[in-house]
Amino acid sequence: MSQPPVTQTPDEIFAREEEPVDGLHKEEAPPRARGSVLGWMQANLFSSIPNTLVTIACAALLVITVPPLIQWAFVEAVWSAADPAQCRAAEGACWALIEQKHRFILFGLYPFDEHWRPLLAVALFVIAIAVSCFPGFWRPWLAVLWVCTLGICALLMWGGILGLTFVETERWGGLPLTLILAAVGIVCAFPISIVLALGRRSEMPAVRALSVGFIELIRGVPLISVLFMASVMVPLFLPEGVTVNKLLRALIGIVLFTAAYLAEAVRGGLQSIPRGQFEAADALGLSYWQKTVLIILPQALKIAIPPIVNQFISMFKDTSLVIIIGLFDLLTTAKTALTDPPWRPFYVESYLFAGLIYWAFSFFMSRYSLFLERRLEAGAKRA
Amino acid sequence: MTTPLPPAPNANPRAPARVAWWNERQGRAILYQILVVAGVVLLASYLVANTLANLESRNIATGFGFLEREAGFGISEATIAYSPADTYLRALVVGLLNTLLIAVAGIVLATILGTLAGIARLSHNWLVAQLAAFYVESLRNIPVLLQLFFWYSLITEGLPLPRQALNPLPGVYLSNRGLFVPLPAWDPAFGLALAALAAAIAATAALAVWGRRRQERTGKILPTFRIGLALIVGLPVLAWLAGGAPTAIDAPALKGFNFQGGGRLTPEFAALLVGLVAYTGTFIAEIVRGGILAVPRGQTEAGVALGLKRGLVLRLIIMPQAMRIIVPPLTSQYLNLIKNSSLAVAVGYPDLVSVANTAINQTGQAVEGIAIIMAVYLTVSLSISGLMNWHNRRIALKGATR
Repeated sequence: MSQPPVTQTPDEIFAREEEPVDGLHKEEAPPRARGSVLGWMQANLFSSIPNTLVTIACAALLVITVPPLIQWAFVEAVWSAADPAQCRAAEGACWALIEQKHRFILFGLYPFDEHWRPLLAVALFVIAIAVSCFPGFWRPWLAVLWVCTLGICALLMWGGILGLTFVETERWGGLPLTLILAAVGIVCAFPISIVLALGRRSEMPAVRALSVGFIELIRGVPLISVLFMASVMVPLFLPEGVTVNKLLRALIGIVLFTAAYLAEAVRGGLQSIPRGQFEAADALGLSYWQKTVLIILPQALKIAIPPIVNQFISMFKDTSLVIIIGLFDLLTTAKTALTDPPWRPFYVESYLFAGLIYWAFSFFMSRYSLFLERRLEAGAKRA
Repeated sequence: MTTPLPPAPNANPRAPARVAWWNERQGRAILYQILVVAGVVLLASYLVANTLANLESRNIATGFGFLEREAGFGISEATIAYSPADTYLRALVVGLLNTLLIAVAGIVLATILGTLAGIARLSHNWLVAQLAAFYVESLRNIPVLLQLFFWYSLITEGLPLPRQALNPLPGVYLSNRGLFVPLPAWDPAFGLALAALAAAIAATAALAVWGRRRQERTGKILPTFRIGLALIVGLPVLAWLAGGAPTAIDAPALKGFNFQGGGRLTPEFAALLVGLVAYTGTFIAEIVRGGILAVPRGQTEAGVALGLKRGLVLRLIIMPQAMRIIVPPLTSQYLNLIKNSSLAVAVGYPDLVSVANTAINQTGQAVEGIAIIMAVYLTVSLSISGLMNWHNRRIALKGATR
């Protein structure tokens, strides 16, 4: 490879390159405008022969599946019918099942005339969640707000004072129960998880071994076995005469399980704090707890927020497992609604209804976690 | 800075100790640990004492003696011979084998589905990417248990009775009793063919190792894939021919209310498998997508600049690098799948938890039963994470400290 002669001035080089070279290039049609529909389709659907084949296959799949689905879900669906026989006669979906059973699916065995109470509790929950979603509101009063929300919800659900009739926990069910299991589980598991995570990073071997043992034991076994343990063994653990109701037993299982998983998320946050922060705190003469509470945890928890939110999502979905120990959560009510023989064939509608509720909560939380991640990343970049 | 350091407290043994031992770091640490351990031991002994007292007052036996007793309940699906006259131990082993069966099948299928969906979501084909995104975003956010119930209802309620069974292929029947397929009738030749298959797989693995070493030494590429394929297909066929080429077919036939003969996929197993694979596949898809996206774009461009086709760029350049990022979260998804397989109890597939649950209900020995479940899952979890950690170390960048 020889260098071009250096005697040329830049102008000459450019002049030379601009000269047309015959036969080396052929005229091509200008590329389609980026904005046009055809141009977009060519680039994204039909860029090559295999790509076109794949597009055709996918389109065929959609043509085969989507119109019958629309036909089933909307066109031929029965929207309102007191008698399931009408649904049997029709070809489409039986949304009448939802019309007839939605109160049961949403609120379970809760006394029918008192359904406004769990409804109000769910509304309060949703408002509290919505308020907590704005990072600007992450102030100490938010914790107070949550305690108040949980207190009012407990009051609404239990009743017994202020003229509200008493409703025992055995009759709680549906969406409020699912939200209570998730919210109380998270609120109780969070402090335990911080202690476990600090324990796992502790310099004291006995404390570290206990934390690691607990975390790995719980993380190594399925939630079902933890729930079984809570439901069967908690009554054995307590002295004779002391009983714990089913809801509390399920909560104990969920809290233990969630705490172990959250502890790993928190530990991730702790590990990403630079050593200098610990050393600086030591240099200031702060005690272990001052150092942890004032310097380390505020930073670590901020970093750990996205994995913590992800843990919330999976835990929200996992509350559905309480069906196995006989609690009436949203999934159980959706399944129980089908035990009514005339409505039995319409399982798709019932599961779809419950599934959409779960989906809405989980999808919202996962989007929120993405938003937070971006926001925190942006904060880190500015610093 | 020139001031001499004060003498260390222990420098002069005759100097009085200024700091009491409980105010020193070391002494405190020991004190705290003693307190913590004592608290845990006290709590544990209190719980154990209560449990023993409760068990005694309820006349429940303790210990693992019940494992030797006759189980007395049937198990609908068993990979080894089992009858109600067998012991609890054998029943639990049957359950464990069923768990392992669903775990292995689920892991293999979920990996395939998840990898395809993850790559599809990054496809340049807009339609493919959107379909994959729809699959991932819809199923990921719905509890797996709900999905299991849905599939189980779909199979047992949605499919026709055996008399009106769907017959998509000759000899294949799909009904609410499961999927029935014709299988070749058993013949010693198949044993020979299986042995040949095992030998072929071993030979291919050895060949792959030798081929890679040779490529590193000489640069010559061995067509391992083709030779391996020929071995894996060819050796069993040869063995089958050597065994007399038996062609008798054991076809399912309708007898009474159900099909007899042939191979059967029960509704319970099918629902569990489909549900676990569809659910775990979404998570694996996201992991694969994240892993591929984490490989710098320059790697793709460099591959294209070398003249490699897109598929080859993916296979030779992107995937090996992405695997380093993918393996750790993939391991935890495998473990999740295994743990979620315990939801079998909800659809009636006799896995370990389901069998142990029956045993607990019959004997009342909940402590032992739950201890067995936990011990087995812990063993499985720890061995798989050990295996995957070993694999991860093997593919890690050489010289990397992490």
